[in-house]
Amino acid sequence: MSKTVLTVDDSRTMREMLKSALVTAGYRVVQAEDGLHGLEVLQSEKPDVIITDINMPRLDGFGFIERVRSETEARGVPILVLTTESDPEKKNRAREAGATGWIVKPFSPPKLIDAIRRVAM
Amino acid sequence: MSDMSNPGLGERRELISFRIGAQEFCVDVMSVREIRGWTAATPLPKSPAYIRGVINLRGAVLPIVDLSGLLGLGQTEPSPRHVIIVARIGMRMVGLLVDAVSDILTVTDDLVQATPDVGCETVKTAVKGILAIDGRMISLIELESVLPELEAEAA
Amino acid sequence: MDPLEAIKVTFFQECEELLADLEAGLLALEEGTGDAETINAVFRAVHSVKGGAGAFALDALVRFAHVFETVLDDMRSGRLAPDPEPVKVMLRAADVLADLVAAAKAGNEDEDVRAPALVKELEALRLGGEAEPEAAPEEEIEGLDFTPVAIDFAPAPPLEPEPAEGRFRIVFRPLRGLYAKANDPLLLLRELERLGACEIACDEAALPALEALDAEESYLGWTVLLSTEQDEAAIREVFEFVDGDCELSIVREDAEPQETSPEPEAGGVDIESLLRSMTAEAAPEVVPEIRPEAQPERAPAAAAPAPKAAAPAAPTAQATIRVDLDRVDRLIDLVGELVINQGMLAQQVAESGLARSSTISVGLDELEQLTREIQDSVMAIRAQPVKSVFQRMPRLVREVAALTGKQARLVTEGEATEVDKTVIERLTDPITHMIRNAIDHGLESPEKRAAAGKSPEGMVRLSAQHRSGRIVIEVSDDGGGINRERVKQIAVDKALIPADAVLSDEEVDNLIFLPGFSTASTVSDVSGRGVGMDVVKRSIQALGGRISIASQPGRGSTFTLSLPLTLAVLDGMVVSSSDQTLVAPLTAIIETLKPRPQEVRRLGPNGLVLAVRDAYVPLIDIGLTLGWRSTPLDPGDGVALLVETELGGRAALLVDGIHGQRQVVIKSLEANYQRVDGIAAATILGDGRVALILDIDAVVAARLRASLPSEPPIHQLAKAS
Repeated sequence: MSKTVLTVDDSRTMREMLKSALVTAGYRVVQAEDGLHGLEVLQSEKPDVIITDINMPRLDGFGFIERVRSETEARGVPILVLTTESDPEKKNRAREAGATGWIVKPFSPPKLIDAIRRVAM
Repeated sequence: MSDMSNPGLGERRELISFRIGAQEFCVDVMSVREIRGWTAATPLPKSPAYIRGVINLRGAVLPIVDLSGLLGLGQTEPSPRHVIIVARIGMRMVGLLVDAVSDILTVTDDLVQATPDVGCETVKTAVKGILAIDGRMISLIELESVLPELEAEAA
Repeated sequence: MDPLEAIKVTFFQECEELLADLEAGLLALEEGTGDAETINAVFRAVHSVKGGAGAFALDALVRFAHVFETVLDDMRSGRLAPDPEPVKVMLRAADVLADLVAAAKAGNEDEDVRAPALVKELEALRLGGEAEPEAAPEEEIEGLDFTPVAIDFAPAPPLEPEPAEGRFRIVFRPLRGLYAKANDPLLLLRELERLGACEIACDEAALPALEALDAEESYLGWTVLLSTEQDEAAIREVFEFVDGDCELSIVREDAEPQETSPEPEAGGVDIESLLRSMTAEAAPEVVPEIRPEAQPERAPAAAAPAPKAAAPAAPTAQATIRVDLDRVDRLIDLVGELVINQGMLAQQVAESGLARSSTISVGLDELEQLTREIQDSVMAIRAQPVKSVFQRMPRLVREVAALTGKQARLVTEGEATEVDKTVIERLTDPITHMIRNAIDHGLESPEKRAAAGKSPEGMVRLSAQHRSGRIVIEVSDDGGGINRERVKQIAVDKALIPADAVLSDEEVDNLIFLPGFSTASTVSDVSGRGVGMDVVKRSIQALGGRISIASQPGRGSTFTLSLPLTLAVLDGMVVSSSDQTLVAPLTAIIETLKPRPQEVRRLGPNGLVLAVRDAYVPLIDIGLTLGWRSTPLDPGDGVALLVETELGGRAALLVDGIHGQRQVVIKSLEANYQRVDGIAAATILGDGRVALILDIDAVVAARLRASLPSEPPIHQLAKAS
């Protein structure tokens, strides 16, 4: 049975790129367009990994991670953050919110899969 | 179906041959979409004599070209026994009015002879080559050269 | 299509939307109607463009977007205020960004000339804000860090083994934070195993009795002896994510390859027994299962406020779906066929003599009703708001104003007015030309305006609305109006009118639509095309539309465009002429008349006119004009259609008979043939035959120019006089 990844990003392009890389690697992909949408999706999906962007409308990545960790049944699910900044401040903030790890944009599929493998079976 | 092709001597092509009056012609079957019986065409005002008008081809408006008229062989008096060859030329679909369709031929390039020079411009532009088959002479028409006629005349 | 190419298409589509959002947001900030969320949205738009561009290695675009994004980040964090001046710079930056996107889409590698200048202006904004001296060098460092990586879908190459193999002792003790972030030591240990052979020992010494166990605390540690050819950095990388959430020590021991497994302090265990021991003990993995069960109340309670919070935040947008345009077009074609087919069926049933009250006829009437409704609904799918056309205008106004040295502001109204897609696409050019004209010729320079007591900034108003089944678009300016003296003089100079012609104000205004009129323009090359109003008029007419102008000296001018709502169907009157069936567009027909002999008069050697109440209009024999008959029809035997042409003139078209009105589906003649003079398009009638649609203006114009037939027979003269 293949693993499920929830991708949360407001950019259609990014969602498609993630999906393309993940599906090729054998994952099942579920998508959301922003943090609030992601929380809604989590009510019916049980992903094995979550990948989320930081800058999103309605509820950004930080808010999303905090709420996942405090409110949902997915609190034990590994969450990877997509960041274009090698800015340590953003990374720390993400980790403080509860992110498991990060992926730097632009990502290459092997790096993406590597990161997932490091946090999920 | 006549297969005259010589194996190994160039590309094989399929041609559809048809008759206009006493002469025989053929065109590449790849351009031909379908063959229809004659239906009366709506005439177009101020158009050249060889444009008989337009007909309805499943919702598209198709111009009918009297090939006989275009090639200078005289205007056709169309009847239900005539045939319309629906051909694609470039981006357009055109209906060619001919007397009857004869045959589908498979030939290789080596069988196409050069067009004899009879001093006629129309022949030079429209007829790409000559095929000798079973004692019949079949002129190979290049459809793309038929259309520029349309634009030059009716402009 | 290769998946990467497909996503690239998506990217450029998304860029269109992002750039539109960007401009809209910046305009709102300029007007003062923006707020914090607007600034966020604007930042995100540029951020997303940069993100996607990076993935496709569109370097020039990435570099510019990065600088732009940094400035927007300053604004987002309050370091830069959204004052009019910075916002104006950002609007221009948005324009350059759009150009760079277009260049990237076209694969154009050339340097955009405006980019370096705007980069300087953007950077100046950053320093002008809270001056952070370190900001400048930091930017360069950021720039260095920032190496776009092209996506490579090839599988990752195998790790290159390093020559020297080393032995490391790794002591790893997770802290509770590690688990809270859903990191899993087992996975980390597995990663270590990928670096080389491992001997792992688990230290359970800190594990308390079950009743003293804190479900979220960390009690286990591991010691790993790793033989690897990788260096220490590679080992540290494994623990990259958990840095700070664990105690980690990596010590390189003697590089002597151990053949036999040594006796580690904690006793050698392999992964399987480690697994067993972990699952057997109260391992942290068990914890997540316990928690949710223990607190079922909390989760739903937390979930409930979330949707409530979401509701006010998200506007109640209508559910929409994305559909391929091809599918919609195909649907519309099919419905068109349905209409034709239904018409044919109705005709055949009528001709078969079946009673109108029979169930079949009644059923057919219902079918016609349904078909019409389907057609209306389907046409509505393709109806789009003119917003997409109007959206490009603010930028146009900025550029033309800059080019001509004028100050101009654009006001739009009725962006939501809908029109069929076929019309929308053809609106951009005419509207663009009219706006350019309005600014170039209509608006005065700021000095002149001030001298005239007007505000230096001129206003251009663009509006759209539905009026009597058509769409009416107005472009008006508050400039100087048409200089009628000058226009008349130019027309005389260009021999378009005689020097002594006496013309009304409206007639002078309409001179600008004459071919050959175009006055010299400063704006000749904003898009590399001439801007003659005759070109505009012709393109509007080609759409079946009309254009008119109203002008007041000193106050301004208004151009009014009226267009059909769709180019796909037409309300027409079916007529016959010399045994041919024709369709005349209903919108041009004022009334139908049965000419009586005493109403027909001769004028000149060959002209005929028809008396219509107190006026005389040219009587044009359609069959003659189209070359379908060589002898004219006796007017008393036919029917006349009184029509109005674009120029406002009237004429009477003589046909053999009228056969009703219907809505017809327009089929192009140009698709498979070419333009035919006097004919606008074709359609397929109920009998399956093609009927031509009359181009009324062309027919009237042609009749006036064409060589006239020989004189009508004497008996007609006698009748007419």
